Amino acid sequence: MAVIETSNLTRRFGNLTAVDKLTMLVEPGDIFGLLGPNGAGKTTVIKMLTTLLRPTSGSALVAGFSITRHPAQVRKSIGYVPQMLSADGSLTGYENLWVFARLYDVPRAEREERAHRALAFMGLEDAADKLVRTYSGGMIRRLEIAQSILHQPTVLFLDEPTIGLDPLARKVVWEHIMQLQERYGTTILMTTHLMEEADQLCHTVAIMHRGKIVANGPPDELKAAIGGRRTTLEDVFVHYTGDVLQDMGESYRETSRTRRTARRLG
Amino acid sequence: MAKSTYARKNPFLSIASFVQKTLVIAELEVRKLRHDPTELLIRAVQPALWLVVFGEVFTSVHAIPTGQLPYIDFIAPGILAQSALFIAIFSGMTIIWERDLGIIHKFLVSPTPREALALGKALSGGVRALSQAVVIYILAVILGVQMNWNPLGLLGVLVLVILAAAAFCAFSLIIAFLVKTRERFMGIGQLLTMPFFFASNAIYPISIMPKWLQVIARGNPLTYEVDALRTLMLPGVTSTYGLGTDFGVLFLAMTVLVIIAAQLYPRAAT
Repeated sequence: MAVIETSNLTRRFGNLTAVDKLTMLVEPGDIFGLLGPNGAGKTTVIKMLTTLLRPTSGSALVAGFSITRHPAQVRKSIGYVPQMLSADGSLTGYENLWVFARLYDVPRAEREERAHRALAFMGLEDAADKLVRTYSGGMIRRLEIAQSILHQPTVLFLDEPTIGLDPLARKVVWEHIMQLQERYGTTILMTTHLMEEADQLCHTVAIMHRGKIVANGPPDELKAAIGGRRTTLEDVFVHYTGDVLQDMGESYRETSRTRRTARRLG
Repeated sequence: MAKSTYARKNPFLSIASFVQKTLVIAELEVRKLRHDPTELLIRAVQPALWLVVFGEVFTSVHAIPTGQLPYIDFIAPGILAQSALFIAIFSGMTIIWERDLGIIHKFLVSPTPREALALGKALSGGVRALSQAVVIYILAVILGVQMNWNPLGLLGVLVLVILAAAAFCAFSLIIAFLVKTRERFMGIGQLLTMPFFFASNAIYPISIMPKWLQVIARGNPLTYEVDALRTLMLPGVTSTYGLGTDFGVLFLAMTVLVIIAAQLYPRAAT
């Protein structure tokens, strides 16, 4: 049975249809990549699946629960790392975990152990008692992933997990995501606009374009379908969308937000 | 899983879980303050100026009729209410920060009731405001104000300051959810604090106001806060409206504002 199942999932903002009758399946244990340029609707999909945003029409099941009828059950079953840096800089790494251990009803007896285990898993044990504002961007990202797996979620949503990170920090985050899937069998749905990231990390990808999925499958199959030697996911993308990756409708507000995130990381 | 289903069905357990989560949110803010208390120290400057400069000057000129009470005694509870109001009314700023950073999204995705998020934030504003009570008490003693040291009175002040600040803090959250940008929020905050402050009994008795202003002052929660604070902080002062009314009005205001703030909370994530 699929862990995520959407059926004609649609979200409109005024005249703009950000997500257009999206129907997709994500199998258990998959690392599923939602690809597309900024403005393709990836974040809107994640926001709907994480119950932050109500769909205009259509439906979706996450971990077997309807996002509109049982949002509380969905919330208990998922972990979420938003695109922007969301760990609290004025708290220590451990405190950031402690808060979410309590909000996610981790039993009192297990809180400390799970927090330390998550920190160790993400390679942050030494920095546990330092204020997060002294962390590097890669460390903050890893802390956020640690935060989101404390309650052992069935599905983990990562929205642009490596945005603004330098290549080295990006690699470290990739490794941790892969280990997470291998060790705990967590289903991971991530968005990215980096084709290389999707190629390295994801077992299955779906290419989104103007709110619709235009291609869906394992990266190798998608590449093979187009044919030709040395085909990259980037070629696949251009093939299906006829679009160049860069310079797609990023608003002023999004741009300033991305820059701010990047500055915090730098 | 079995345990959480149980919690959903047993009303006692869900109330316990609600209280626990509210306290987590409040404690979070307190922990932040512990890491960096400079904000509270800076906040203490303004009430100090009001008491030491404004209070002392108007005490010596006897310009405001306060009956038997020296003016400095009269204004001390008023300035406590005012500085708690200032802290509370700008506390919604953290919501705008958290929204810009994505922190708020993470809280909204967690299985935390929106009411617990709003109430926890509001109470943390109350705890911040308590720091002002400490400052005012120290200043008042230095300035020779006759204080009421009855433990029950002190407990009453504690509860009242938290309650009133939580109400104004919830109000501030509502503004933050509606305006969305830092600049507008600051502007509206500035715009609102002065009417709250001046259209109340904080620094002069309502009886010397023109009639139309008296009507507004009677509808201002700050008036009830000051009335109760004056009764509890100073010996021999009788409440104008009755302590029951004062606490009732503030509790009602807080409850209604927290419920509205909780309804608006999800808007921060869109």
